[in-house]
Amino acid sequence: MIPRPKPERFRLRRTMMFMNAQKPGLIKDAYIYGVDSIMLDLEDAVAENQKDAARFSLYHALKTIDYGDTEVIVRINGLDTPHWKEDVRVCVAGGADGIRIAKCESAQDVKDVEAAIEMAEEEFGVEKGRTLIMAALESPKGIMNAYEICAASDRMFGVAISGGDLRKCLQTSPQPDGVDMLVARGQMILAARAAGIQCFDTVFTNLDDMEGFEAEVRQNKAMGFDGKSLINPKQIRLVHEIFAPTEKEIIQAEKIVNAVRENAAKGLGVFTVDGKMIDIAFLPGAERTLRLAKACGMYKGDLV
Amino acid sequence: MKNAVGRDIPDELLVKGREVYQGKNYMDGKYIQKAAPKTRRCENPAESKIVESITDALKLCGARDGMTFSFHHHLRNGDFVVNQVMAAAIEEMGLRDITIAATSLGEAHDPVAGYIEEGWVTGIQTSGIRGKIGEVVSAGKLKTPAIVRSHGGRPRAIEGGEVHIDIAFVAAPTSDCVGNCRGIGGKSNCGSLGYAMTDAKYADHVVVVTDCLVDFPNMPASIEAIDVDAVVVVESIGNPKKIASAAARISQNPRDLMMAENVAKVIASTPYFKDGFSFQTGVGGPSLAANLFLERYMDERGIKMGWSIGGICGPMVELLKKGKVGKIIDVQDFDLDAVNSINQTPNHFEMSASQYANPANKGAFVNKLDFVVLAALEIDTGFNVNVLTGSDGVLRGAPGGHPDTAAGSKCCIIVTPLIRGRMATVCENVVTVTTPGDCVDVLVTDYGIAVNPLRPDLIRCLDEAGIPHVTIESLKDKAYSLVGTPDDLQWEDKVVAILEARDGTILDVVRKIKPYDPYQD
Amino acid sequence: MDIKNVAMAGTLESSDVQVTVEPGDNGIELTLTSSVMNQYGRQIKATILETLERLGVSSARVTVVDKGALECTLKARVECAVFRSCGQSAENIPWGGVIR
Repeated sequence: MIPRPKPERFRLRRTMMFMNAQKPGLIKDAYIYGVDSIMLDLEDAVAENQKDAARFSLYHALKTIDYGDTEVIVRINGLDTPHWKEDVRVCVAGGADGIRIAKCESAQDVKDVEAAIEMAEEEFGVEKGRTLIMAALESPKGIMNAYEICAASDRMFGVAISGGDLRKCLQTSPQPDGVDMLVARGQMILAARAAGIQCFDTVFTNLDDMEGFEAEVRQNKAMGFDGKSLINPKQIRLVHEIFAPTEKEIIQAEKIVNAVRENAAKGLGVFTVDGKMIDIAFLPGAERTLRLAKACGMYKGDLV
Repeated sequence: MKNAVGRDIPDELLVKGREVYQGKNYMDGKYIQKAAPKTRRCENPAESKIVESITDALKLCGARDGMTFSFHHHLRNGDFVVNQVMAAAIEEMGLRDITIAATSLGEAHDPVAGYIEEGWVTGIQTSGIRGKIGEVVSAGKLKTPAIVRSHGGRPRAIEGGEVHIDIAFVAAPTSDCVGNCRGIGGKSNCGSLGYAMTDAKYADHVVVVTDCLVDFPNMPASIEAIDVDAVVVVESIGNPKKIASAAARISQNPRDLMMAENVAKVIASTPYFKDGFSFQTGVGGPSLAANLFLERYMDERGIKMGWSIGGICGPMVELLKKGKVGKIIDVQDFDLDAVNSINQTPNHFEMSASQYANPANKGAFVNKLDFVVLAALEIDTGFNVNVLTGSDGVLRGAPGGHPDTAAGSKCCIIVTPLIRGRMATVCENVVTVTTPGDCVDVLVTDYGIAVNPLRPDLIRCLDEAGIPHVTIESLKDKAYSLVGTPDDLQWEDKVVAILEARDGTILDVVRKIKPYDPYQD
Repeated sequence: MDIKNVAMAGTLESSDVQVTVEPGDNGIELTLTSSVMNQYGRQIKATILETLERLGVSSARVTVVDKGALECTLKARVECAVFRSCGQSAENIPWGGVIR
């Protein structure tokens, strides 16, 4: 039995890879590809009559497999199904780091799941508040309610947009320039940032179109997403490369962090670095850059 | 007696000058007396050597009980010739006590398993043993222990007279009426006929079996008419679909690709990776995919590969055509791209198994190899590799050129997933040692890279390139933590197969397996 | 638990195991085949019997066709088959109780 450390609400999540929780050959070592989070799926990937079997597999996988530093999230079945409450129980009992709510449409949805998690944490003697939540927004209503969803719980660490159903509702289809979901993506990012949580883009399903994938990931980064959902390990590397900071950004971030710390000791709030005005507000961004650089193997220092 | 890889070899096998394995290059400088065949003179200028049937050919060659017939495996799993010949010899002529000396035997030859069980085939000598033949030999049904040799060890044994071939059968995609054979131009094309060449030179009799008779002279011939006694034309020598795949596609499996990329990284970190380097790789998923990543490093450094050898398939031919590799020298072809290229594309040549890998000759290509990338069924913490027996103890593999290329090359890289299902590929002790650990330099798995401590120079190369690596023991521990520590296999005393090192000493033996019976326990 | 109905869990895919339980009245009658019998047969048999004992199954005909499943998968399939046979596999599973 592998005890997992307490999940971090805000950590690096450039890549979240979906894996069918029912396939023993897949879930045993999904972490070897260096993905930041794996998403064990009890929802769409599992046939209706195998939901029970998938939970037994999931429970033992969570209890026996050493996922190391890789975050383990479980996508549970929709709140309109008879499955989700038992899904929550098994996630909490097994010690999953977080739960992804499918087709989330309101703050109430988050609160319902939170209540079920709390009950399960009590039932299984799990530290209260340990199990994190993220929500997938898959409908126009979910997008319109994005802010209340993002702000619904202290357990919420992020929201993900899910393109499959959303595009159908919007009566559009994937476009090379991303215009089909531009507004929805933008609204969700605004809501997430306003609530102070992370946001993740939808999956790119055409595995053969690596150019289209690259264009989408570049746009994701430019729009301010924290990361992307993936369906295949071969997509991981490109996302990590694109989300990696540049050499210049790293040097700049290092200077800012050092300067803020030195000047704070001297009691100075505003100062210049390379001729630019810098204050304490630059610190979180600079630290985030260094953490990202560290994860990418580009920064070996000890400032973060 | 224990040999240099710690395997206990029964003393009763150490007769007629046979020794146990003593380590790499033990036979260097010793002399070998080559054996000459006794061949039939064909002075009469006959129009043709064509005979009606395989049975007629067998009769012409004086086939009788107790003989050794040789075969080659260029037709791979599509081969019909072994079964056709054995049916004629055993069922039509009633021959008994036959030894099959093949370059490899697989699922295509399952009917031979029946002849072994009946006791009609009493000896097997091969470089690969899979399918039902492997099962019945493992079950102790063969009268004498099978002898397994590498692709280089086999021509050594033939040339030195340890294997005397009475009749060699050449499965020829094309032949003319006197027996000049080529691997192309017919309907069952296989490209190179390299493995059959030594057989044709050293057998007392040679019978060509073809399904495509062409005009004389069939040139340039891989097997020359000067060595051929008879030509038999049959309906079909094989199933083209199983002889060569349309094109060996580079794996899209992310695990394979990840390992392949690490293989290329390791190669690029060594001093041998410079303009004109030489390279061989297998056709397994990660081995073949290494081509792709290697090409990127070659482009990056602006260097080209000097030459490549081995079993060849499309991706390597592609590099030749792009001018990124100077020469391909080819003993076997795995896909139609390679079949259609050999002896057609400039600088794509054919060679014999002896020229490829024989440790007793004076110029085998393997000795000039910089890199070889190979797969493994198992590898243990002493870097010994098993490519012959499954981890259940049953014969189901092929040493092939594995031990030869590993011993000859400057850098031998094994690439394999850490576990397959519930089988630990990296393990405490391999079931059978087919390639000794002192010939293996680097292990690349999906869970990490390990370098043989015998190669501190390579460890430095990886460190300098910033390539993380771990001990092989830690990989073994990881494997066992996933699949559980396997129980020791239970064996009977009976030896069912002798595994010769490429130099002819005994590297290991395979005994009869005692299967686990859950109902007796 | 008493095995009430025939129930099955798992598949014949590589790395999986298919477990079938049927009512019986003669203790545990186990039929086992495995692709890794020689190395792991003893451990697989032990895991199956331990799991059944933990679930309080004392009588059943149990057929296991193993395709190289890891220990955690084997346990999950045996447990699921037993819970299905009792019609109790959908909710209120005693995670961390008899399921461990």
